[in-house]
This record gives sequence, structure tokens and C-alpha cells, in this order.
Amino acid sequence: MIHWRDLMQPHRIVLMLLFAALVLWCAISLRWDWIPQYAPLALEGLWRTVWILVVTTVLGFMLAIPLGLAQAVGPWYLSIPARTFCTVIRGTPLLLQIWLLYYGLGSLFPQIPWIRSSELWPYLRQAWPYAVLALTLSYAGYEGEIMRGAFASVNKGQLEAASAFGMPRLTRFRRIWLPQAIRNVLPTLGGETILQLKATPLVATITVVEIYAVSSRVRSDTFIVYEPLLLLAISYMSIAGLITLAFRQIEKRVPR
Amino acid sequence: MDAILETLGLAQSAELLAFSPPGWGGNLLRGLANSMKIASGAFGMGLLIGLFGAYGKLYGGVVVRDLLAIYTTVIRAVPELVLILILYYVGTDLLNKASLAMGYGRVEISGVVAGIWVLGIVQGAYATEVLRGAIQAVPAGQIEAARAFGMPPLTLMRRVTIPAMMSFAVPGLANLWLIATKDTALLAIVGFSELTLETRQAASSTRAYFTFFLAAGALYLIVTLLSGVVFGRVEKWARRGQPSLREGGR
Repeated sequence: MIHWRDLMQPHRIVLMLLFAALVLWCAISLRWDWIPQYAPLALEGLWRTVWILVVTTVLGFMLAIPLGLAQAVGPWYLSIPARTFCTVIRGTPLLLQIWLLYYGLGSLFPQIPWIRSSELWPYLRQAWPYAVLALTLSYAGYEGEIMRGAFASVNKGQLEAASAFGMPRLTRFRRIWLPQAIRNVLPTLGGETILQLKATPLVATITVVEIYAVSSRVRSDTFIVYEPLLLLAISYMSIAGLITLAFRQIEKRVPR
Repeated sequence: MDAILETLGLAQSAELLAFSPPGWGGNLLRGLANSMKIASGAFGMGLLIGLFGAYGKLYGGVVVRDLLAIYTTVIRAVPELVLILILYYVGTDLLNKASLAMGYGRVEISGVVAGIWVLGIVQGAYATEVLRGAIQAVPAGQIEAARAFGMPPLTLMRRVTIPAMMSFAVPGLANLWLIATKDTALLAIVGFSELTLETRQAASSTRAYFTFFLAAGALYLIVTLLSGVVFGRVEKWARRGQPSLREGGR
């Protein structure tokens, strides 16, 4: 954690003053008059970014647990598909995956009559299901690899002790194996979540209006280049900071 | 060959992916070449920034250390896509101002150079952290011994620090290289004709989305897997003479 005395060194004070001057200069000489007009849209975009981030990390993590388990202890007919999935997801750019799902599946579905007449069709015509699916699969792919290591690193003796006490397999998994695996990955989980945050602007390319898309819209409407981008960078940094703080709190609560 | 493709129902895809003009295979390969050019340039520039950055973070003065901390933190917290846009606009603006001031007209920057500049700065932040960790992992006694013998700093870096840290740095650098190859895809959004953009153009003009996106995915995957093999070799070479982790340490 940052201590007050660390900040109060002479060179840091000078740096902070310089930074304050820079902020002041930005506030005065750059154009910010577009903000009131676009503020509601920007808030909506911010909300959508956070929503996509939370939904895809939660779903992706739930998918990563079986993927990691299959790779760590599964039989070959489960571990080979799981490993292939992780390799393919990690070996190709996310942008390509998003476009494959959106343009590929999106152009395939309308040709199939029973999908067109099903109740899912109104959703499948929108962009966000594809965005959520692509980001979830991507997070699951990266996290599945990490969970593999986490499951393998849990102390064998504890699992043996649990089965010696006659604990059923599912309870053993739920109460001994999974909690310890998650505890082991907690520090990397924070970093992975920030990486996921940094992946969310890609869904703007398939017409999902999140915060990045709002800033591009401001740029193309008003021809103001730097100001929206600057504000965008600051909002991503604040979200990343919040994620870091949240994970630090969680890590503090988990017993070592 | 044709008969096999026909029975598999792939004849149409093969036609679309042919290398000569009615097919789009040539365009995809040209895109791949551009991607690889940008990725290797950015990786090299990142290594250079990273080496200076790591030395600055470890041995620099207080101001240098704080500035580098800001650089690495900001770059790692802001999405690459946003950084690419900011650096692209800043880069072209600065270059145009400089060339106007020197009396030349506006300059056109090639996509490859702009891509290398933009991704190189992003890579530099990650490389700084990787190399700093690797240098710290070198036993301090080795560097002190070289200093005690009066080895000049550059020779020390070339003959002691870099060879000794290589084995610690290679896994992280391999990861960075993979990130660089995948990040080139982001340049598609700014309009550079690298693999992903070429693929999208081919796909949207032929309506064969699956064929082209899957083909491009396969190309990226081949690059990833080959890089894995190459970096495995490099790591083995960097570890030569060290006890292997499996057998040693008993």
C-alpha cells in the first residue's frame, strides 16, 4: 500500500505539481463542451462495458473449472478436446474470433428456418449475444489453462485425507479441492480480469455500443480527436484500479 | 486431389482460397506477411525499450524510476485498442508538425511503420517488467564479481547480465511475442491491411465468412505453434550448462 510519507519526497512533490499543471492545462485549453450532450450516452456505454465484463468473467470462470479439471485429471477423451480448445482460443486473435462468430454464425442462422421461427430469434438478430459468447469463450480458454495448474497444485495429502474420512467425491471437490485451487489462482485472476476489461472495446466493432463506441461516435460527430480518447483512457484506468482494489480486498479476506 | 475435395464438399472453399486472383489465398498470405513484419518490428522495438526500461527501473535515479512506473502502469491499464488510436494520432501529428517546421510538406506514414511504432511502445511496457524480473533473478554476486574486476558497464551487460538472465527472460518474452502477433489484428480497426483486415475484405466480398475466418485462424494458429517450438529451442539453448529442473536440485 502507498504510505503518506512515501509520497512526500521532494521529487514526487515536483512530479505531482507538474501533473496538476498538466491536468489544469488540459481542462482549460482543450475542448470539453461536448460533454453535456454526450454524458447520458457515455454513462450508458460505461454501464454496458461493466455489464459485459462482469457477465463474461463469471460465465467464463464457470466454464474454466470443467476445462481445467478435464486437463488436470480427466481421461484422454476429455483432456484432449479441452486442451485443443484452450490452444485454439489462446493461439488466435480475439478480434478474429468475435468476427467469426458474429459474421459467420450471424450469416448462417437466417438460412435455417426453425431458428428463424424460434423464440430465440429476436435475440440472435442483435449483436450482444455474439459479443458475450466470444468474450466468455476467450476468458474460459485463458482461465482454463490457469485452472489446470491450480487443480494440479493442490496438495495430494489433503485430498487423500478427505477420502480417508469417507467424504463423497462431490463434497471433496466442493469443500477441499475447488476452494484451494481458487485461492491459488486469486493473484492471477485479478490480472486476467483486467486483461478481459481491455478486451471489451473489441465488441464495438460488431456494433455493441459500449464506452469505446461512444467515444468513437463523439470523434466522428464533432471531429474532436484527443479529448474523448483521453477521457476514455482515464475511465479504463479507473475501472482497472477498482478491479485491483477489489481483488486486494478479497485476497486479504482469504486465509493463507 | 480434386476428387477428394469434391467429395468432402470443399471444392468451393479450395477455389476461394486459391493463390491466383479469382481466389483470395494470395491476399491472405500478403496480409500474414504484413502482420509478421509488424509483429517482429514491434517485438524488437519492445525489447530495446524494455532493456533500457529495466535498467532504468533497477539502477536509475528516483525520478527515472517514478516516470518508468507511470509508463508501465498506464500502458498496462489502458486497452491496446485505445493506445493504438492515441499513439497513432499523436505520432502522425508530431511527425507532420516536425516536417512542416523543417519546410517539407505533409508526410504519409506507411502502415507497417506506424504499426511498429504503436505496438512497440505497448510491448516496451510489458518487456520492461519481464526483463526487470529476469535481471533481478540473476544472483547478485555474479554482477558484483564482474564489477569488482573493473568490468566496464557495457561489457558487463553484454557478457554477464544478458547471458545470465536469458534463461529467466525467455518464457516471458515468448509470451510477449505471441501477444505481439495477436495484437497486430487490432491494427485492422485502424485500417492497416494485415491478415485480419484482408480476411474480412475477402469474406465480405465473397460472403464465405466461415471459410476465410477459419483459414485466417489456422494461419495464426500455425504461427503460434511454430513460435512455441522455436522458443522452446531458444529456452533450451539459454539454459545450456544449467542443471535441468527435473533432474537437478537433489
